[in-house]
Amino acid sequence: MTTLPAAVRQESYLAEGRTIRSWLLSVDHKRIAILYLVAITGLFVIGGFAAMLIRVHLLTPQGALVSKEEYNRLFTLHGTTMVWFFLIPSIPTVLGNFLLPLMVGARDLAFPRLNLASWYVFVAGGCVAMAAMFAGGVDTGWTFYTPYSTRFASPAVVLLLLGIFIAGFSSIFTGLNFIVTTHTMRVPGLTWLRLPLFVWSLYATSLVLVLATPVLAIVLVLLGVERLWGVGIFDPALGGDPVLFQHLFWFYSHPAVYIMILPGMGVVSEIIPCFARRPIFGYRFVAMSSLAIAVLSFLVWGHHMFVSGQSIYASMAFSILSFLVAVPSAIKVFNWTFTLRKGTIRLRTPMLYALGFVGLFTIGGLTGLFVASLPVDVHVHDTYFIIAHFHYIMVGGAVMAYLGGMHFWWPKISGRMYPEGWGVFSAVLMFIGFNLTFFPQFILGYEGMPRRYATYPAEFQVLNVLSTAGASILGVAYVAPLVYFLWSLRSPPTAAPNPWGARGLEWQTTSPPPPENFVAPPIVADTPYDYDHPAPEDPTHG
Amino acid sequence: MILDPSSSSAARFSDVFTALMVFAGAIVLLVLGLVVVYCTRYRAGSGADRSGRLVHVGKLEALAIGAMAVTFGALFVWAAKLYFDNATPPADARTIYIVARQWMWKVEHPGGRREINELHIPIGEPVRLVMISQDVIHSFFIPRFRLKQDVLPTRYTTLWFVAYEPGEFHLFCSQYCGADHSQMRGTVVAMEPAEFQRWLGPSPMVPAPVPGTPGTPQGGLAAGGRSVFFALGCNACHVPGASVRAPRLDGIWDRPIALRNGQTVTGDEQYIRESILDPNAKISAGYTPPSLMPTYRGTVTPEQITQLIEFIKSLRDGWPPGLSPVQHPSQTGEKP
Amino acid sequence: MADALLAPQFEDRAQQHESAALGMWVFLTSEVMLFGGLFTAYTIYRTLYPHDFAAASPRLYESIGATNTAILIVSSLTMALAVRAAPTGARRATTLWLSLTVLLGLAFLGFKALEYGLDYTEHLVPAVNFIPPPGADPGPAELFMVFYFIMTGLHAVHVTCGIAMIAGLAAASARRRPIERLANTIEMTGLYWHLVDMIWIFLFPLLYLVK
Repeated sequence: MTTLPAAVRQESYLAEGRTIRSWLLSVDHKRIAILYLVAITGLFVIGGFAAMLIRVHLLTPQGALVSKEEYNRLFTLHGTTMVWFFLIPSIPTVLGNFLLPLMVGARDLAFPRLNLASWYVFVAGGCVAMAAMFAGGVDTGWTFYTPYSTRFASPAVVLLLLGIFIAGFSSIFTGLNFIVTTHTMRVPGLTWLRLPLFVWSLYATSLVLVLATPVLAIVLVLLGVERLWGVGIFDPALGGDPVLFQHLFWFYSHPAVYIMILPGMGVVSEIIPCFARRPIFGYRFVAMSSLAIAVLSFLVWGHHMFVSGQSIYASMAFSILSFLVAVPSAIKVFNWTFTLRKGTIRLRTPMLYALGFVGLFTIGGLTGLFVASLPVDVHVHDTYFIIAHFHYIMVGGAVMAYLGGMHFWWPKISGRMYPEGWGVFSAVLMFIGFNLTFFPQFILGYEGMPRRYATYPAEFQVLNVLSTAGASILGVAYVAPLVYFLWSLRSPPTAAPNPWGARGLEWQTTSPPPPENFVAPPIVADTPYDYDHPAPEDPTHG
Repeated sequence: MILDPSSSSAARFSDVFTALMVFAGAIVLLVLGLVVVYCTRYRAGSGADRSGRLVHVGKLEALAIGAMAVTFGALFVWAAKLYFDNATPPADARTIYIVARQWMWKVEHPGGRREINELHIPIGEPVRLVMISQDVIHSFFIPRFRLKQDVLPTRYTTLWFVAYEPGEFHLFCSQYCGADHSQMRGTVVAMEPAEFQRWLGPSPMVPAPVPGTPGTPQGGLAAGGRSVFFALGCNACHVPGASVRAPRLDGIWDRPIALRNGQTVTGDEQYIRESILDPNAKISAGYTPPSLMPTYRGTVTPEQITQLIEFIKSLRDGWPPGLSPVQHPSQTGEKP
Repeated sequence: MADALLAPQFEDRAQQHESAALGMWVFLTSEVMLFGGLFTAYTIYRTLYPHDFAAASPRLYESIGATNTAILIVSSLTMALAVRAAPTGARRATTLWLSLTVLLGLAFLGFKALEYGLDYTEHLVPAVNFIPPPGADPGPAELFMVFYFIMTGLHAVHVTCGIAMIAGLAAASARRRPIERLANTIEMTGLYWHLVDMIWIFLFPLLYLVK
């Protein structure tokens, strides 16, 4: 920060203050976004490292690296960290926090202090959860199925439940803040149907956060009470029903899947029109499909339980609803694709990530039809087919979108451009590494390899080795952006206000923006996708 | 190897899977193809014609939504119908009991043969597995049969299939169950029926004292159930002529039983197990709650319950005359 | 020029008020989902074990539960009166109604504590000294008491938070802080207090009046 020129130091939010204290006590949404960025990057490294160890361990059928007990802790660490401490907060708390007020032309979120509080709550929850897993060792998997978690797992599981419970408040606060901001803080002229699609997706995500997270909270409380005092809430020996736990857990955790992917869909909906120089195709359908997904997401939890012994009629209802939830997702894919038609396409790094997202999400989504269909799910449930399916959505989808968004808005966030060559290199490498890691897992699952296996029959080795090879490529591809983003901070913040010629309100202010976001109130002319008419500062039009 | 159906369930899986593969493959190719074509043709600086862009998109979107809804609906109906039609096992299916625990599969054939981490079955004959867990939730998974069912500690779950070809297949636990989850594996041995009978060994019937009444397989689960029946004192109430009035156990197997609340249940494994563990759950017609019977939760093992079930099954056509309330358990010739 | 009552992120007071009200409603929705999950689990077990739940419920102190119901309903009234008084600038009335609400809340907690004590002496506390009622399956009967303690305990936590907030407002009102600044907060806290009251009105018949 010491290299900032004097003029910028007065203007940019980065120059408001340079002490640690000025960051830790800031209620500026942009600074809080950076705080989140630091926190979740650290947690991503932990979760990613666990994934790497898992892949190395699975190189040999007998397990190459750790004991079975340690392996079980590793996949618990990986799953819990990635789900609750990376994927759920990633796009909303970093990009959402930074961009939502800018995109609606506001000075800040509706409740800035609540926003800072949610960061502290998140960090506290993260610390408790990490302490539980590193010091105590929890081996329940991220799903905490009873009665294993309440009768057989180590007592540290209670601490982990507490960590997730605490982090849940952060989710609720963030969702609440986003909902209110979208409703009340929009600049005059910014009607609902002129909102950026990223805002629509954040709004839908926030609804899910606010409605689903409390159910998770109460399930965690019940689980903790049972584990601590040995009373039988879900324990069959004392009259409890362990399958009820699954119902309550998935009532939260299936919508949570959409908490992870919806914001990614929003990011892609911003990037593709910008680099295709075309208005988004079917704006209303893309916007409304986010809401449709949010609503339907609450009605499909039972598809995680087709083999749990639930009634066949329930299974059939959940099956048809799971087919239906694919419709709004597919609508988005078709609209993104048609946006490319007759555009003027530049394959810059954010666009490569966005197109990678479209491809991988399409595969992830279509394999969702396989698991929605009853006879097929009975075979692939709890196998590597499922692992591959949700990694195509979560990693190929959500993480790709997150990184695409980071590249797209990095000039706005930091005032610096990332190195384009390295960006393209890592995006392409990531796409290759990802497919090499996870496509073999579809075949593994089809052939019957169950998930959470520390050892496996020898005939699965070839595909496992292939997957681990892919994971090492993927690992390199993740390290690269981390390095060059940090490296770019060495040079002074000279990025133009609108280097991509994009139309969102966030591009009407300087890069990085001043603490109050806009010196002059932003002007809303049309939807943020009016790429048919050249803007004066647009580098692609004369 | 991959697509050959080696069981009835694998056959119905394969059709749906293949159809979905074709459908998903077509969509992926379409989307990726369009992306590649558009990105090439409309790259910045290309001279492609960009006039004639679509503007009115509502009809196109509605068409896409409608087409997808119809396609998905058709896929669902087809897959669900296959699933539904095969949900109920044929009445003549051979029942085999599975008890899962950390970390092994215990198998009990009604004739009395037991095995651990192996399951021998005849081919060409419907086999029905009645499964329960002693501790946590497990999942019984035979990949080659495309078949999986969670095994719960609370109640029985069932699976059924017909194996088509002899061979040895993997049996996996697919629901995470603790440290040795990945070691909870076994082998399914599908055999020619004659060979299977040889493997099963003879199960001579103890002839009933009175001709025309059913006998009991010697050494089988039903005989074991008879010992348990006396050992737990069930005979104090549940035999004809007992001093305490209790619902009768003969002739209830696989038949409708009227309940106090007007509903009817079928006398199956689930009902018998539930009534032993939670006597108040389903009160028979003509009795008032609370039940005089204490709960046997915690005092009876899963194996004993399967034995009692087989015993009650053997009473389907009435009590063998050899069993009366005054008889001492030692007369059955077995210790509990 | 700067409005002392306006936070910097807002353009005007109407926007500020609208944001606060919407924020509180969203929060209350979230609270409803929290208790909703609990009610669902309770209802499922009650359907599963109607006999044992019916046997366990009469051992609760219906009279204390009924008294507490009355107390909370009255406290909602006093809170509503405080919400009405505050914007008119009636400082003394506001302070009075808020203080009364606090006292009623404390009375509720007092009765609740008394009842927990009685539950203990009667061997109704799961995992501590639970003895099942005659004729009931011990597991499900204990399950009923587990839900009783979790549901009423979680509710009591909410009551305690409410009392703390209202007591703070009463003190601020008594210390002659500008009443207009408080009126907004009093209104939002009132919404919260009414929800806490509503939840109890569902809890009381669900737990005490099981037949």
